[in-house]
Amino acid sequence: MSTQQATFVRASMIEASPAPSLERGAASWLRRNLFATPKDSVLTIISLLILAWLVPPAIQWLFIDAAWSGGGRGVCATLSQGGSQPEGWSGACWAFVNAKFAQFLFGRYPLDERWRPALVGILFVLLLVPMLIPRIPYKGLNALLLLGALPVLAAILLPGGWFGLTYVETPLWGGLMVTLVLSFVGIAVSLPLGILLALGRRSNMPVIKMLCTAFIEVIRGVPLITVLFMASVMLPLFLPQGVTFDKFLRALIGVSLFASAYMAEVVRGGLQAIPKGQYEGADSLGLSYWQKMGFIVLPQALKLVIPGIVNTFIGLFKDTSLVSIIGMFDLLGIVRLNFSDTNWASAVTPLTGLIFAGFVFWLFCFGMSRYSGFMERLLDRSQR
Amino acid sequence: MAIGVTNVPERSKSSGSIINDPQVRGIFYQAITIIILAALIYWIVDNTVDNLRRANIASGYDFLRSRAGFDVGQSLISFTSDSTYGRALLVGFINTLLVAITGIITATIIGFLVGIGRLSHNWIIAKLSLAYVEVFRNIPPLLVIFFWYSGVLSILPQARDALALPFDIFLSNRGVAFPRPVAGEGAEYTLLAFIIAIAASVFFTRYARQRQLATGERLPVLWTVLGLIIGLPLITFLVTGAPIGFDVPVAGKFNLTGGSVVGPEFMSLFLALSFYTAAFIAEIVRAGIRGVSKGQTEAAHALGIRPSLTTRLVVVPQAMRIIIPPLTSQYLNLTKNSSLAVAIGYADLVAVGGTILNQTGQSIEVVSIWLIVYLSLSLATSLFMNWYNARMALVER
Repeated sequence: MSTQQATFVRASMIEASPAPSLERGAASWLRRNLFATPKDSVLTIISLLILAWLVPPAIQWLFIDAAWSGGGRGVCATLSQGGSQPEGWSGACWAFVNAKFAQFLFGRYPLDERWRPALVGILFVLLLVPMLIPRIPYKGLNALLLLGALPVLAAILLPGGWFGLTYVETPLWGGLMVTLVLSFVGIAVSLPLGILLALGRRSNMPVIKMLCTAFIEVIRGVPLITVLFMASVMLPLFLPQGVTFDKFLRALIGVSLFASAYMAEVVRGGLQAIPKGQYEGADSLGLSYWQKMGFIVLPQALKLVIPGIVNTFIGLFKDTSLVSIIGMFDLLGIVRLNFSDTNWASAVTPLTGLIFAGFVFWLFCFGMSRYSGFMERLLDRSQR
Repeated sequence: MAIGVTNVPERSKSSGSIINDPQVRGIFYQAITIIILAALIYWIVDNTVDNLRRANIASGYDFLRSRAGFDVGQSLISFTSDSTYGRALLVGFINTLLVAITGIITATIIGFLVGIGRLSHNWIIAKLSLAYVEVFRNIPPLLVIFFWYSGVLSILPQARDALALPFDIFLSNRGVAFPRPVAGEGAEYTLLAFIIAIAASVFFTRYARQRQLATGERLPVLWTVLGLIIGLPLITFLVTGAPIGFDVPVAGKFNLTGGSVVGPEFMSLFLALSFYTAAFIAEIVRAGIRGVSKGQTEAAHALGIRPSLTTRLVVVPQAMRIIIPPLTSQYLNLTKNSSLAVAIGYADLVAVGGTILNQTGQSIEVVSIWLIVYLSLSLATSLFMNWYNARMALVER
């Protein structure tokens, strides 16, 4: 039976006719998305009113009335407060952020030595960007440089004391540099340690299982600040007389251990989601425990829990701000330290500084969560 | 390391050497772990005892009975600098509970509203909710606390020219002052009526449910309960001659006098924790509602159930099953994050403990108290939520 003979069958499709005029254009979009029901209309109008009440003053405060340049608190204070602005003025004091920008980046790191953290930072960006773009080759070499060579270089350059570099003690470190070093080390330590803890918790050896479970549950049950207090007051007690740890190192240990307990639970979720057949298949091939985990189970499990892992990273990045409570000057700490600078103290300085710090934190965390979404979609596609 | 096959005893016979026996190897590794751990603990204890002796610190919990000598800013129970360290820790614990419970309530309300808002068909509501979640989720909670504390609340006017809000509420840099109800003669009857109304509502709701199961007739539960809880105390209140007065704050020359004052420390912590946690709760709620398959809603519509009833009887009960476990961990997070109080000087358990630790040097004891309290709080919350979860869980055959 051949269809060529059937002349009543159309060979081509009819041109699609345009949608009814009621379903086209901006008016229809408005009706469908903003004024679909009376309740919707009321909600829309209330939200618009709130936006109109909030957004223009915020823009006015942040940009139009803001003091963009100046050398001291005068530009950010009204006449009665000893400044040059008219009475009743209020606006963001970007001049403060501008003047303190280098300090926000490096803390009280000596001026002449700031090229060292800057160099490490530039190298970090140069190595990280190709690592994050999937199309760029040589991932293995790149990872080796980023996770192997760069930390060694940073450990030499940042504190100094070798190769004729002046020694810069860690209490002088500060700003975004401390935040990033803490997060980088925390991430680099917590992922492998978390995987080990998760494997330990699912182990068949009762002693190992009990130890890992106890560690994970205790750390997850208490706030980070108590872990940091523990690291800063209890650790010196546990060590023999005369052995001291750097405060920065103690904070690093506290943050890393804390994050690894959370990481362990995320990884455990992934391990549980792998069907039993995968484990049994690996066993029947005669693979050893580490071969089974390293080649069969973990690659699948980690892929499943990428969002959870990145969420833990984001949490860790945000948690590094807590070290300002135990007397270190990370980004938030250094911003707050500068509130009390008499040269800049004014009514609007704290708010401006906090908005700046918040924006920097937000940028990093939002970037991480967006990248994880991108990665998830990419892996999802490759799996199909 | 070979583990994972210890429950298959036949296997060990087949391997030739004892070195390859997984069971033997397992025991060997565990023995090594125990030995290393015991050595480590012995070393730590030895060092600690040595260090404590050198620093002249007596270990033990006797310090809890000595005089504290410091004041705390806000306390629900009476506390002076003559009270003991033990009482100071109790004050801290109560303050932690206070901020945690109020924060959990507010965060849940905001979180559910925003989470539902994200699923709204209304474009502007959905986008506003999305913006809220993305902003608050990606900023450290400590920064939000400072934002309220040194950014907003500290630049409010001085107490003498406090902002006057409706209902005699005053806002100043010393916190929020509001009228305090003062019970007069016969006020206890109103309280009694309120308790009776709650009890009656519970009974009525149960009766209505049994009645519906038996006959299919639906009683107006919501209106009856509302009427009972609002109406009964109100009538009692009016009949007994309105015996409750208000101690109203008055702006004096330098300070507000009268009324109750909630300090800026509590306000900052409470607001920051509520807003921060609400962003996470919103995502959980959204995931929970989207997790109920669309077929459920369509089936309910096909049965002719009204949309509002579909949400209440079909979607929400199923969504709650997905929502509750992660919600529990958010509640725990909020409780743990309340320890950030130490940064702004709100006297919670960690802040009070830190002061005591600095004064007495009893670091091991104080840290152990922190651990015990937070771990038991975690345990209590999980137990309660597990019980609630078990009630909500799917009853399968």
